[in-house]
Amino acid sequence: MKRLAWPLGMLAALLLVNLIFTDHFFQIEIKDGHLYGSLIDIFRFGAPLILVALGMTLVIATSGIDLSVGSVVAISGAMACLQISSLTSQDSIGGVLGAVGIALGLAIALGVGNGVLVSVIGIQPIIATLILMVAGRGLAQLITDGQIITINSDPYKLIGGGYWLTLPFGIIIVAAVLALTAFITRRLALGLLIESVGGNAEASRLSGIRSRGILIVVYAFCALCAGIAGLMISSNVSSADGNNAGLWIELDAILAVVIGGTSLAGGRFSLSGTVLGALIIQTLTTTIYSIGVPPETTLLFKALVVTIVCLLQSPAFRAKVFRQRRRPAPPAVAADEKVTVRT
Amino acid sequence: MKTLARPLPRQLPRTLPRNYLPVLVTGALFVAMFVAGGIRYEGFATGQIILNVFIDNAFLLVVAVGMTFVILTGGIDLSVGSVVALTTMISASLLPSTPSILVILLVLAIGGVLGAAMGAIIHYFEIQPFIVTLAGMFLARGLCYTIGTDSIPINDPTFTSIAQTQIKLGPDLWISPSVLIALAVVLLATYTLHYTRTGRNVYAVGGNEQSALLMGLPVARTKIVVYTISGLCSALGGLLLSFYMLSGYGLHAVGMELDAIAAVVIGGTLLTGGSGYLLGTVLGVLVLGLIQTVISFEGTLSSWWTKIVIGLLLLIFILLQRLIVTTGATRDR
Repeated sequence: MKRLAWPLGMLAALLLVNLIFTDHFFQIEIKDGHLYGSLIDIFRFGAPLILVALGMTLVIATSGIDLSVGSVVAISGAMACLQISSLTSQDSIGGVLGAVGIALGLAIALGVGNGVLVSVIGIQPIIATLILMVAGRGLAQLITDGQIITINSDPYKLIGGGYWLTLPFGIIIVAAVLALTAFITRRLALGLLIESVGGNAEASRLSGIRSRGILIVVYAFCALCAGIAGLMISSNVSSADGNNAGLWIELDAILAVVIGGTSLAGGRFSLSGTVLGALIIQTLTTTIYSIGVPPETTLLFKALVVTIVCLLQSPAFRAKVFRQRRRPAPPAVAADEKVTVRT
Repeated sequence: MKTLARPLPRQLPRTLPRNYLPVLVTGALFVAMFVAGGIRYEGFATGQIILNVFIDNAFLLVVAVGMTFVILTGGIDLSVGSVVALTTMISASLLPSTPSILVILLVLAIGGVLGAAMGAIIHYFEIQPFIVTLAGMFLARGLCYTIGTDSIPINDPTFTSIAQTQIKLGPDLWISPSVLIALAVVLLATYTLHYTRTGRNVYAVGGNEQSALLMGLPVARTKIVVYTISGLCSALGGLLLSFYMLSGYGLHAVGMELDAIAAVVIGGTLLTGGSGYLLGTVLGVLVLGLIQTVISFEGTLSSWWTKIVIGLLLLIFILLQRLIVTTGATRDR
């Protein structure tokens, strides 16, 4: 819980800003049997990011990184839309399920490819996934033939834009994936094995853990999450754009994981921290829109947040600031006191 | 002593040509692509085609040179594309009211300071280069959008005259001043990297930072210097792009960091640092440029094939590097 104090504090600060500057921000109402409100919107639009960040968390826990998720988002959306557009009846549930299956299967295959490059061939993760990041955008455009495929399918629309039990369907998917991931990694041994591979791959291999297999599974899972996120994004707008779908989502996802307190060095991860991190990013975006700051400055805010969070998490920074109190570092001084009490 | 002495004579003759192998492969690839293009397309095998590759990629060449320094120390700089865009944006917005020489000095200073700041954070606060330069990328791109979201044309006489100058090299052969600037940067960088202490420090830090530190080399200074060089090169690349495009726009050079990294990798520089040559980077940029030329000559192929081909080339070269490292010396990753 202590590790979550920082992201929680930041989220609370953001919500406080909204409480002061935005009217009706915390109002949730029911219209036509659906829940509406700014808070629901944060969850709804943040759903793809949370999913991608969940997969990324496990990859980063193995001291890897997956840059290709944005491309996988584009590819899976493009594949699903292509399959649905070729159906005779776009509303047939079986056809849509088939298309979803093909798209997710493709995503998993790409993830396995990444995993093999990293574990069997032994390429640095950042480089292995860079290949798919560059080539994947091209592949997505190859699938859509450079066009934006528009579809009109009600069952498919449900994934990203629909409602179920008064909740947006995307939130339900995220909750299901989160629950499943948390169960598998925290109640079964897999999470421990992932952390041990991230801590020291060679040592865990010597102690009898099949690190190769675990790495492949983790990268495949990350690609699967990205694939589902791709379905959500393309279903929300009922079209597939190979060029812009999921653009820069890999950076947002890595940011969410880092804000959530998972170290990029691997060996330890926090699923709840990641969800908080993703929510912080989405709340930041929503806040910037709602309090009337020009949206162009979103990136500036993000840069500021990344820098502050990373500095606060860096032991070297905390040590240096603690030693040299005279140096003015307004955001860090408060951080410093709490941290030193703790350690 | 015996066990120590034995591997040395075996290793030395092997590792020397091995270090040059990726560069040789890239060079061979470039020649092969040029010859194949010459056979397949009419009017391809002319000197101007190669010069055009230089003209169209002068800015990428400069940026990739800076990236080579960073990657040689085992780091990475994701901010280069955004710094390029920021440079075009600042130049375009300041030029109507400020003398061009001041603008040029100012943007170079901004690039250098930004790079130095990132280098200092990376070294002193021990945060991964990936994350720090990611923040730098957001920052520079965000600053672009705060200056303006629209494309700003550049009408400054100095900039337009540089943009329109053609330097004749012979009948039907010409280059732009940007190419000369880029080549000057390459020569200067080669000198720095191979004939100065700073250059040797770059290789030493990339080979093993801990050893470099224990040897008493200025690790902190070296790391800050390489990011400063990369920032400077990005700013200069941004100026060359302003000459090329004659406009400033926040969406210029999106994804350019990937092209620069790809060029460096295809040029045979190890991403783990410590091994690679600037000549390889130059060849890498030329290969990327020639792929685009071939695809435009082919006509029927769409532009997205460029990305797929670059991805495949990256894969092949990384596998090749891996092969060299594992079958070569007992060097660890």
